[in-house]
Amino acid sequence: MRAANALRLTVLVLLVALVMRPKWFEVAFAPLAPVGGPVMYERTSLLSLSLNHLYLVIAASGAATLVAVALAILVTRPFGVAFRPLARSIANMGQTFPPVAVLALAVPSLGFGSGPTLVALFLYGLLPILENAITGLTNLPPAAMEAARGIGMSRWQSLTRVEIPLALPVILTGIRLSVVIALGTATIGSTVAARTLGEVIIAGLLTNNTAFVLQGGLIVGLFAVLIYDAMVQIEARLLHGARI
Amino acid sequence: MIEIKGLTKMYGDVKAVDDVTMTVETGTITVIVGTSGSGKTTLLRMVNRLEEPTSGEVRINGTSTLSVQPHILRRRIGYAIQGHGLFPHHTVARNIAAVPNLLNWPRDKIAARVDELLELFSMDPVQFRDRYPADLSGGQQQRVGVARALASRPDLMLMDEPFGALDPIIRARAQDDLRRIHTKLGSTIMLVTHDMDEAIRLADKIAVMDAGRLVQYGTPAEIITHPATDFVADMVGDVERPLRLLSLIPVSQIMVDGPAEGAAIAADASLRDALSACLWTGRTAVPVERGGGPIGHVTLDAIRACAEFQP
Repeated sequence: MRAANALRLTVLVLLVALVMRPKWFEVAFAPLAPVGGPVMYERTSLLSLSLNHLYLVIAASGAATLVAVALAILVTRPFGVAFRPLARSIANMGQTFPPVAVLALAVPSLGFGSGPTLVALFLYGLLPILENAITGLTNLPPAAMEAARGIGMSRWQSLTRVEIPLALPVILTGIRLSVVIALGTATIGSTVAARTLGEVIIAGLLTNNTAFVLQGGLIVGLFAVLIYDAMVQIEARLLHGARI
Repeated sequence: MIEIKGLTKMYGDVKAVDDVTMTVETGTITVIVGTSGSGKTTLLRMVNRLEEPTSGEVRINGTSTLSVQPHILRRRIGYAIQGHGLFPHHTVARNIAAVPNLLNWPRDKIAARVDELLELFSMDPVQFRDRYPADLSGGQQQRVGVARALASRPDLMLMDEPFGALDPIIRARAQDDLRRIHTKLGSTIMLVTHDMDEAIRLADKIAVMDAGRLVQYGTPAEIITHPATDFVADMVGDVERPLRLLSLIPVSQIMVDGPAEGAAIAADASLRDALSACLWTGRTAVPVERGGGPIGHVTLDAIRACAEFQP
């Protein structure tokens, strides 16, 4: 546990340093930069890029969570079972459609910037949450479900007091997967002028500057690792005690 | 009083329960026995409307169960099932408090009731209140399941093979517990089982189901001595009938005054236990005690007379 915490702290410090003080890493990145060119990306503040990146991910994943969980609840009720295949295929389409294509198609109607990126991330994030929520809500212990009805819970009480809490671990896993996918995918938003950490990577690709590419990739990667880990911790905390 | 009138349940063309009419007296234990697929569980589940009857009705103390919404009805009826059905994410206390919570009892009244029930089932409240079902043994889980069914002091309790998942020793203890608690609380219990031994042990009245129909409804003694059909006779088991009959009669009923040799037997033990003691130690009489002191004896001849078939 102590080793894990030490590692967490190290990664966090490294990430903060990369974002706040890119100059410190010039020596390490210099061999990758073109001769005479800039080593570290400093055209805009990396902090504001990071914050905007995270904001896009949180907004899109939050919306995807709301929609996917609500949809999963609807299609696992007796009256909604008929719509389950439909909901699944819509979510599947969202996942199959490449985010780049969504960006390209969304630009004409939503313009350049954050809009198309939010739409792409939202669509892309639906499937893992929906699938996990459906799995969680349909694989509940039958005896507990029978008891919930038998002691006189209404449908709503059974859903909020028994079904959702019991399905929560599986639902949370889906959300975590979706968030991590969104963190990586958000970088391509910068192709349509959304302000994300993808800007650093794209700038590197355009100027043949491997140092920029590595810098942007490393920051996104560290964010993903830390957020994934934090969500695992939160899940464990939420489920503490309840052995499910 | 529970009145079941012409209750029928169809699944497609199959009659799961076929025109069952019976009356359950208040404060008694009625055990519904049958093989699997006999419709016994469906019959029980129609009482609290977990299954809706195709036709017929159930009246509880004169009021039709159709006159209230199903989930409101169920809150007034205790329900315990095989494999306990406890909520794995709730503590023991919260599981037991499930129905009082639905009924919006005040918090301190619920806490007091939870402790009272845990004590009733010989589980120390301080030790068990905050544990999760997964931390309990099978027997403890089952006791918590029954405690949950009793929590709101329901007049009627339905039990669907509540002891089915327990091993024989724990099951016998759970049956004794149920008898003891029933004597203390006096609620009406309807219990489903496939085990005739359990039925004879617990029941005031036994209802035997076969292929959806109620084939016999009577006291355990009636069922044993006068089985209505070959199926009932099969369920009772021909060879075991005299012994089952003896198991229904307490020693005190045929006890006579005077001492006898050897180890004593309790006055509320059954004649079956007394017979066993006679045979095992080669005695023709065993002393009977109550509260540690001898109060008389029973003779092997008297026991034998009770086991004899009297048409």
